[in-house]
Amino acid sequence: MPEVAVRELTMAEAVREALAEEMRRDPRVFIMGEDVAEAGTPFKVLSGMVEEFGKSRVIDTPISEPGFTGIAVGAAMTGMRPVVDIMFGDFLTLVMDQMVNQAAKVHYMSGGAWKVPMVLRTTLGGGRRSAAQHSQSLHAWMSHVPGLKVVLPSTPYDAKGLMKTAIRDDNPVVFFEDKMMFKVKGPVPVEDYAIPFGVADVKREGEDITIVATSSMVPVALGAAKMLEEIGISAEVVDPRTTWPLDEKTLIESAKKTSRAIVVDEGYERYGVTAEIASVIATGAFYDLDAPVKRIGAMHVPVPFSPPLEDATIPTEQLLFETAKKMCKR
Amino acid sequence: MTTAANESKTGATLGAEQLLHIYRQMTRIRSFEEQVNELYLRAVMPGLSHLYSGEEAVAVGICEALRPDDYITSTHRGHGHCLAKGATPDRMYAELLGKEAGYCRGKGGSMHIADPASGNLGANAIVGGSVGMAAGAAFSAKMRGSGQVAVCFFGEGALGQGLLYEVLNLSKLWNLPVIYACENNMYNEYTHYSETTAGEILARPAAFGIPAEAVDGQDVRTVHAVASRLVGDARAGKGPSFLLCNTYRYRGHHVGDVNREYYRAKQEETTWLNTRDPIKILADWMISQKLVEQPALDKIQAEVKSEIEAAVAFALKSPYPGVDQVEEDVYA
Ligand SMILES: Cc1ncc(C[n+]2csc(CCOP(=O)(O)OP(=O)(O)O)c2C)c(N)n1
Ligand SMILES: [Mg+2]
Repeated sequence: MPEVAVRELTMAEAVREALAEEMRRDPRVFIMGEDVAEAGTPFKVLSGMVEEFGKSRVIDTPISEPGFTGIAVGAAMTGMRPVVDIMFGDFLTLVMDQMVNQAAKVHYMSGGAWKVPMVLRTTLGGGRRSAAQHSQSLHAWMSHVPGLKVVLPSTPYDAKGLMKTAIRDDNPVVFFEDKMMFKVKGPVPVEDYAIPFGVADVKREGEDITIVATSSMVPVALGAAKMLEEIGISAEVVDPRTTWPLDEKTLIESAKKTSRAIVVDEGYERYGVTAEIASVIATGAFYDLDAPVKRIGAMHVPVPFSPPLEDATIPTEQLLFETAKKMCKR
Repeated sequence: MTTAANESKTGATLGAEQLLHIYRQMTRIRSFEEQVNELYLRAVMPGLSHLYSGEEAVAVGICEALRPDDYITSTHRGHGHCLAKGATPDRMYAELLGKEAGYCRGKGGSMHIADPASGNLGANAIVGGSVGMAAGAAFSAKMRGSGQVAVCFFGEGALGQGLLYEVLNLSKLWNLPVIYACENNMYNEYTHYSETTAGEILARPAAFGIPAEAVDGQDVRTVHAVASRLVGDARAGKGPSFLLCNTYRYRGHHVGDVNREYYRAKQEETTWLNTRDPIKILADWMISQKLVEQPALDKIQAEVKSEIEAAVAFALKSPYPGVDQVEEDVYA
């Protein structure tokens, strides 16, 4: 068998490669957003795309988020496959009607007559000292709405494979990228692959405790798992990769195996993604659990600017370590 | 008919003392921003900042036409508005460094400075995010019969936001004392505004019956003269107006935007810098009118320089807020 060619790509490169390959494959795919063309977005994720695909498929927009998102909905309904770029996840608030009342509803309300095959790419995550209006992780909002699918890649490999699935999906998909992880590198195969939605990935196997982590919190969980290993606790790290569809089976099985679970996510803790996942585990693994499921999210405050304050609001390896240690009664 | 040019030529509203004050304010903003850039380069400022250098005449010309209790709303490029409305550099730097002595106790940072004492409802990191707030302050002033007006500063990029047009309509319908100050520095981040803006900018407010005019945003006397008239009209119950200020930012979209050639030519930057500098335009005019001599201006420059140095030193040695403050202020 020939060896599978693999190289190291950054998260940004992986996303870009997925988009470029899909745009080569399917002429209906196009990109639209603020400063996506020559600037290649402020995070440089799309550098080089306009050079290859031209301004008719990599389209700079005015600062009119609801307007161009609405245009994407209409274009998706009528034969195109738009990928909309919303620079900061915080600006999702501006497009909520278009995504929630329009894109998410069209297929159901029309009794399946119309489809909305679009992707909305956006960012999440703090730690960048960008303050309260540029640091939020609002994926719980999107996960709450029937009709939307929500993707949270944590590695370049996942980002590329999930982006391909997102573009090929016939539904509106919201794709969150952690803005602090764009430069993180990881192995990505050269050949085409896609990762199905609703399939969690066990990022590290373990026996004593399950840590379910999303997006930016996956590296934090892996760091904590290393610390735990040093004191003899074996932690399993599971990344659901999509909050909807959600791979309940893998989450429950892992918790059943280890008998303890912590859920960590960078969204606000209250009413957040952690609550839903913890409930799934608490219900599904009830008879096998040795401790109540614990959840850790961002502190329930607007993300502060001042570094020592901001750092206090985001879950850390240390916090996760301490919590797991206590749960394992060490 | 009163035209902007006539108003500024007469210089009627500005005496030598006020002109020197205006010169000091513009110089203060310039020096403030140059130091912000230094703090970024020295890696002592967390995050990014959007500098106002080059646009000083807009904030100062307008704010000098306001009363201390009038309101402003500001933008991500807000340091100039903040200083022009009366904030002091020391507490601003403290905020930019995330220190407890800052205007927002370190919680807001560069893009969120707010100061009730000077009528500043706050800078805003959402493009167009404050247009409702500004009209709301005008609404409240009208209801309370306070005689205050509100100025809504926004970049031409905010012309893309639908909220602006809802609020323009409402403010005209309800005859609110609000002045929409559109700072056209020609770029929405890295995209020229001509690629994002259809039709004539002034035709947009005009469609709502809102008086709209353009000024040379590099000539502080013109900005001030026109702003004074619009503020007077608003105070007199004549409703909203729209002032398009044509200007230019000297530096990058933010401090980290240093390689700009892919979106704007070096030549364009140097032309504005060398021929359209608002501080120099005012200085040259004052000297040509024999209102002042160079040494007096040099003295102001020196005073501002030491004020800014002291303010930076104050901020650098100020402590960070205690982590116990993180959950304070979420609710009133
Ligand atoms: C609603 C929203 N969309 C996008 C952004 C990202 N962004 C920040 S500044 C900016 C450009 C603003 O241009 P303009 O209004 O002309 O102000 P300038 O920076 O030129 O002063 C953009 C797109 C944002 N902050 N808010
Ligand atoms: Mg602009």
